[in-house]
Amino acid sequence: MKETIIPIGPFHPLLEEPELFTLKVDGETVVDVDVRIGWNHRGIEKLSQGLTWDQVPFLIERICGICSTSHPYACVLAMEDILDIKVPPRAQYIRPVVGELERIHSHLLWLGLAGHFIGYNTVFMWAWKYRELTLDSLEKLTGNRNHYAMFKAGGVRRDFSQEAMDFTMNAMNETEKALNMFLGVVSDDPVLHKRLKGVGVLTYKDAIEYSAIGPTSRPSGVDHDVRRDDPVDAYGPSFDKGVWKPIVLEDGDVFAKAACRILEMFESVKIIRWCIENIPDGEIDAGVKEIPAGEGCGHYEAPRGEVFHYMRSDGSNYPVRHKVRAPTYNNLPTFKATCPGAHIADVALITASIDPCYCCTERVGVVDNLGTKHILTEDDLTKLSVERTLDVRKKLGKITWNPYAKLL
Amino acid sequence: MAIFYYLIFPGFLFATIAGLLTAWFDRKVTAKVQWRKGPPILQNFYDIFKLLIKEVTIPDTANPTIFLLVPAIALSAASVATAMLGVVNMNWSYTFVGDLIVLWYIMSIPSIMIIIGASASGNPLSSIGASREMNQLIGYELPLVIILATIIFKVGSIGLGDILAYQSVNGPILYSISGVIACIVMIICLQAKLGLVPFDIPEAETELGAGAFMEYSGVALGAFKLTKAILLYTSPIFIITLFWGGIHIHGLGILWAILKYVLFIALFTLIRNTNPRLRIDQSVRFFWITMTILALIAFILMSIGY
Repeated sequence: MKETIIPIGPFHPLLEEPELFTLKVDGETVVDVDVRIGWNHRGIEKLSQGLTWDQVPFLIERICGICSTSHPYACVLAMEDILDIKVPPRAQYIRPVVGELERIHSHLLWLGLAGHFIGYNTVFMWAWKYRELTLDSLEKLTGNRNHYAMFKAGGVRRDFSQEAMDFTMNAMNETEKALNMFLGVVSDDPVLHKRLKGVGVLTYKDAIEYSAIGPTSRPSGVDHDVRRDDPVDAYGPSFDKGVWKPIVLEDGDVFAKAACRILEMFESVKIIRWCIENIPDGEIDAGVKEIPAGEGCGHYEAPRGEVFHYMRSDGSNYPVRHKVRAPTYNNLPTFKATCPGAHIADVALITASIDPCYCCTERVGVVDNLGTKHILTEDDLTKLSVERTLDVRKKLGKITWNPYAKLL
Repeated sequence: MAIFYYLIFPGFLFATIAGLLTAWFDRKVTAKVQWRKGPPILQNFYDIFKLLIKEVTIPDTANPTIFLLVPAIALSAASVATAMLGVVNMNWSYTFVGDLIVLWYIMSIPSIMIIIGASASGNPLSSIGASREMNQLIGYELPLVIILATIIFKVGSIGLGDILAYQSVNGPILYSISGVIACIVMIICLQAKLGLVPFDIPEAETELGAGAFMEYSGVALGAFKLTKAILLYTSPIFIITLFWGGIHIHGLGILWAILKYVLFIALFTLIRNTNPRLRIDQSVRFFWITMTILALIAFILMSIGY
């Protein structure tokens, strides 16, 4: 049969965000896949350079509606790396609670969407119903269901009230029951086994080769978890006490990825319980006044994998450079390894299985008509911007002299 | 009188109203299962009325005549099927030799029309939907024909009226081991015919958009939606006619009939809400191996008198 090209996207009912998958199919089998991103670039890094150090976490939170703790977490860790300070003990316990609650709600969201993608809308609705418990806890604890505005360099902005912590403990009990139910559904349903097992296998070798991270690589046997490997705050002591462990599985298929996420939620529940039980009294803010000159990195295990922030300061009120690397950026290329050979019906599931988050990922990229992709350097960008400015001026008929001639 | 039967009751008009109400019931039960509120009772009517006043767009790649003719044929076929079933249930003597086979042919027409219409639209996703619909049709027809053969052998006639008369004398076919197995196979095959999860593969929303229906809009899409609703209403009646002694619309019989009807609709809805979608190869294998073997078992059990 002739090869057909099936475009999924940039706007498609399957996708929550604009992106383009070009599938080359032979009958129902996918031969090759091409992924293009760059439909949703918002220039966050540039915006960040125009904000004060206090304002930056608010902006960074809005990179993504789901990882709205992970990005600020990594960001303030980068700032604290420049400052070279430790946050007060109580803040060290508050931060992981917010982070892990976010992991639970993100994974439940993914579980629901994965159910939707294979036509199992009941799982979709149930997962999102139980996600409400987590969101309610977050609202009690931080004041917001999403975009919690908790993080600042040197501590957190709000203290937890005892009432909110009790509420969260109860909500965690309920969540654990729901998780047990979902685990039962996934491990018992024969139709689910048929659809998920052996589909989109990412081997250990490929996971390493494509630098996959987080719940995309751990089901393939890559033992990597930033929370354990470079512990910050309460993650270190809780891991040392054996409260939780990273989930590493063997198979690497979609089933393993689903199982990994469900099991991770159980670990998150354990971390939240331990942190709330052992939370010390005291200050929540180290009172950072200004950020000295220097550079720092921060990374954190977001629900989708390691998120990395780099910041440089020249001692002024504004960051000089802010670089974000979101986990989906690493996980996207694994489609090249997992999609070819799969059915069209499975591609939807495989692409969903890395839990892609495009608004986190978007970087500058230009796709020309020939289909080759260039990564632009700073010089290229300057040149493009100058050309564009001149173009606009010409159209407006206002060009009298060319101050940029030497740049071109 | 024939025109009244076909157009008003129990044909097109009644089937439309009953079908849309059934579709509402299906949506409402689905919503309850999923902890949602669900739509108001008239929602499906609003949807259809809205589609009737919408513009029909015809893609450049399509063959306009076939593209527009196909939904009309599908809708009239569904109405004929429902009218035939209804009339036979009203009066057993309104039967003719082989009307079971004719009915079965007519009930297959909507699926074939979906295949033709999707192919005529010239959309690549639709053509994949059409090829899936075709695979699926070939898949579920085999066990279904064996089940029909089982009933025909048991009753000794290929007339719907004879099947109903046989059941009123000897008790419903469902009240036997072979009858129960045959009924289960029938329910699952009709689930595929109606395109409900786990067999909504041809129109899998998250894989193919709307698959076979992707390019349809306005009245044409409305006709297809009505066809689906009428088939959803007809399928339980088809099962009840073949297995459970038919529908009596006199006296208390009507309550019993509604109960049976609701039971089957609820079964369809529950199956669709507790399963993920299969892949097309898995679906065909399921019908050709598991379902065919079950159908053969029912056939053998029936022939030795169970």
